[in-house]
Amino acid sequence: MAVDASLAGRSFPPTEPYEVSRERLLEFARATGSTYDGGAAPATFPIVVAFAAMTALMEDPSVGISLHRVVHGEQRFTYTRPVRAGDRLSAALSVDTLRQIGGADIIGTRSEITDADGLPVCTAFATLVHRGEDA
Amino acid sequence: MSRLASLTTGDELPEQTYTVTRADLVRYAGASGDFNPIHWSDRVAGTVGLPGVIAHGMYTLALAARALDTWAGGPGHVRELGAKFTKPVVVPDDETGIEVVVRGTVKNITDEGVQVALEVTSGGEKVLGLPRAVLHA
Repeated sequence: MAVDASLAGRSFPPTEPYEVSRERLLEFARATGSTYDGGAAPATFPIVVAFAAMTALMEDPSVGISLHRVVHGEQRFTYTRPVRAGDRLSAALSVDTLRQIGGADIIGTRSEITDADGLPVCTAFATLVHRGEDA
Repeated sequence: MSRLASLTTGDELPEQTYTVTRADLVRYAGASGDFNPIHWSDRVAGTVGLPGVIAHGMYTLALAARALDTWAGGPGHVRELGAKFTKPVVVPDDETGIEVVVRGTVKNITDEGVQVALEVTSGGEKVLGLPRAVLHA
């Protein structure tokens, strides 16, 4: 069952604010062998916030995505500034593009990640590949 | 202090080799919140046609970011980073793990920053598609 064509262009409400702690950044840095010196977070850390927005999309019953058929196809970040401890971040996801290829839905998402003042921090672009039942 | 100022177009950045073990994936699952069982259960990985537990694509991308930090002289210089997840990195259930190699070439230097074309391989095969980054002083 393909996702509905009206998904393209839809925007979803921002996620609940995520408070970035020093401990969480240290944990993430240690898990990836990266350096965290109390300043800039590891570059891929915003995926934690973007992931919450993507999960909300995939679990939204009106969207029609089956979670177990989703593969993360592509990820790209553009940064206005690095994430730092003390940031309160929200991600607002939009579906930019929707294509059908070989029975799979290729869902292009963009999550705008902003801080407590609503200022931009990072944009996370994710391509989700939703395989059809027979694919 | 950034090392970026000394780079010129065409520079090959020093190759970085990282080892990935099952324990790393468990730590990453906890740190990232991505608990998909294909990253820790051979049984579940097998049911979806994988040869075994695979690394999170985002874990591999994080290793690319780690190499970028090393080349830039510290964290906080990445302006853009992206890749396609083209080939899974299968992580064996042993103490040795598997190696991931990150290479980079300076493609261009503009006001936007230093454009780096990455190559991320494991077992001699590319595991990320078109991995690219922009670094800024």
